[in-house]
Amino acid sequence: MSELDDLRALDAARWRIAIALTAAMMVLYFGFVLLIAFDKPLLTTIVMPGLSLGILLGALVIVAAWVLIWIYVRWANRHYDAAVAAIRRSR
Amino acid sequence: MNPVGEPNLLAIIGFFLFIAVSLGITYAAARRTRSTEQFYAAGRSITGFQNGLALAGDYMSAASFLGIAGLVALSGFDGLIYSIGFLVGWPVVMFLIAEPLRNLGKYTFADVVAFRLRQGPVRVAAAIGSLAVVAFYLIAQMVGAGNLIRLLFGMNYELAVTIVGVVMLAYVLFGGMIATTWVQIVKAVLLLVGAMMLALMALAKFNFNPLALFQAASDKYGVAVLGPGRLVSDPLDAMSLGLALMLGTAGLPHILMRFYTVPDAKTARTSVTYATAFIGFFYLLTFILGFGAMVLVGQDAIRSIDAGGNMAAPLLAEALGGQAFLGFICAVAFATILAVVAGLTLAGAAALSHDLWANVFRHGVAREGEELRVARLSTVLLGILAIVLGIAFKGQNVAYMVGLAFAIAASANFPALLLSVFWRRFTTRAAQMSMLAGTLASLGLIYLSPTIQVDMLKHASAPFPLRNPGLVSIPLSFVVGYLVAILWPEAEAHARFVEVEHRVHIGVDHSPDRVS
Repeated sequence: MSELDDLRALDAARWRIAIALTAAMMVLYFGFVLLIAFDKPLLTTIVMPGLSLGILLGALVIVAAWVLIWIYVRWANRHYDAAVAAIRRSR
Repeated sequence: MNPVGEPNLLAIIGFFLFIAVSLGITYAAARRTRSTEQFYAAGRSITGFQNGLALAGDYMSAASFLGIAGLVALSGFDGLIYSIGFLVGWPVVMFLIAEPLRNLGKYTFADVVAFRLRQGPVRVAAAIGSLAVVAFYLIAQMVGAGNLIRLLFGMNYELAVTIVGVVMLAYVLFGGMIATTWVQIVKAVLLLVGAMMLALMALAKFNFNPLALFQAASDKYGVAVLGPGRLVSDPLDAMSLGLALMLGTAGLPHILMRFYTVPDAKTARTSVTYATAFIGFFYLLTFILGFGAMVLVGQDAIRSIDAGGNMAAPLLAEALGGQAFLGFICAVAFATILAVVAGLTLAGAAALSHDLWANVFRHGVAREGEELRVARLSTVLLGILAIVLGIAFKGQNVAYMVGLAFAIAASANFPALLLSVFWRRFTTRAAQMSMLAGTLASLGLIYLSPTIQVDMLKHASAPFPLRNPGLVSIPLSFVVGYLVAILWPEAEAHARFVEVEHRVHIGVDHSPDRVS
């Protein structure tokens, strides 16, 4: 494969991951916003003393943001950086 | 009995200590700030961890610390919607923007948009969008600063705003990005430590169990405080605010500019990881601070000091740690505003001198010293503008103004930035039209919204029903960019995309000055 083909393949992989993770974040966050907008009583449900479903889900959205970033960084550090280094070396 | 509103000696000492330390940093930085690269990008010498803290410092403005804690204290769960919305912008920055931005640009995000397009039209439109965002963000910070100082130091509002402007000018002008970055780092550490101490002291009253705190809030003010209520009564408004908060972060010029202070794309990635960790932790603390103030200070006591609830966190500090701790928290809140104003001014100065002066009027051949002089002149003009706007917009709601700045950033800057990196067929005219449409639509819809038409101008109704324009102006900006590019293709921009594809991944580590 030529350098350009390697680069194109890497480019496609990078954008696939980026779009999939962005979409995951948007679905989670907008799911939460839509619940706030359209089903307030559900979020006021008490899961255990002192904890409503709304507070639990809100904290989980923040945790989900961390997890998605962790997935991306793990992929980028392991695969992406190595692929970029290989293309640099081949020049 | 309550000292808020009267001069607090410890707060004043803490405040002057912070100013002394930051001016010391500025003095040290000034000796190293000789070139435009140092003025705008701190010589690209900042590490990932340092930049993560500086990004967190830029982002955790007084609107977050004072505003969200106040919103939670007065309306419970509804305030948390802001905490969560402000955080979810960071994964978007990480996945779509941070690394391409670092690899393609030099000082401003317009470097990236203009990379394979014609420089002039793109940079003029980008500068207009950036300045609109900076202006709205500055208004929010200056109004917050003025109110805070008036309440805490017993100083007159106009004098307080002027002092903030002058101190900020001193360190942006002489210390540039190096001083601004270190001021952000010091401030971010102070803010995280202060908020954590405050949260721990509040939790100590509840056996370190946050659920016991939430339960106490529910016992005192009813279970409704744990669920969504009247702050988000209109579903479309909730979605519009949510969209603006999520996509706005990736279009804030002062945040984007920070990615140029690190040496390479990998460090940009590391900085977002640290920034998201710090910011998420801080926003989780706002849950505790808000409910803590609600239970331990009480809603009536908070409202009696400031109807908007902005003094909830300082009041909680006073209830838990007395005068000394109140003084410390006030000094931290003040440092926060000063640092954010400095970052904003620097981003505005870069738009004026790097994008407009050096690349449009001088066609990219401005001499090094000349661009730096124009940057410093722009800084002074923006500092004066900040003081004037701060005084003119006295009495505006701080968190709401920040929400508008996010909506403009998400409409004006984000679509063009994303499409220029991502889409081969994007063109000069499409970038220009998308940025102008986003800026004009968001500003126009803000003018037609109930906030201006009903609340300020006292008309019976408003032509545009939403308080935040994001739901309309963000898709509009994307659609305009797409249609213009399809209808008027640009062969050269299409052909030069191959350079973008290469640079996005490979970068140019050793010759960062080849860009413009």
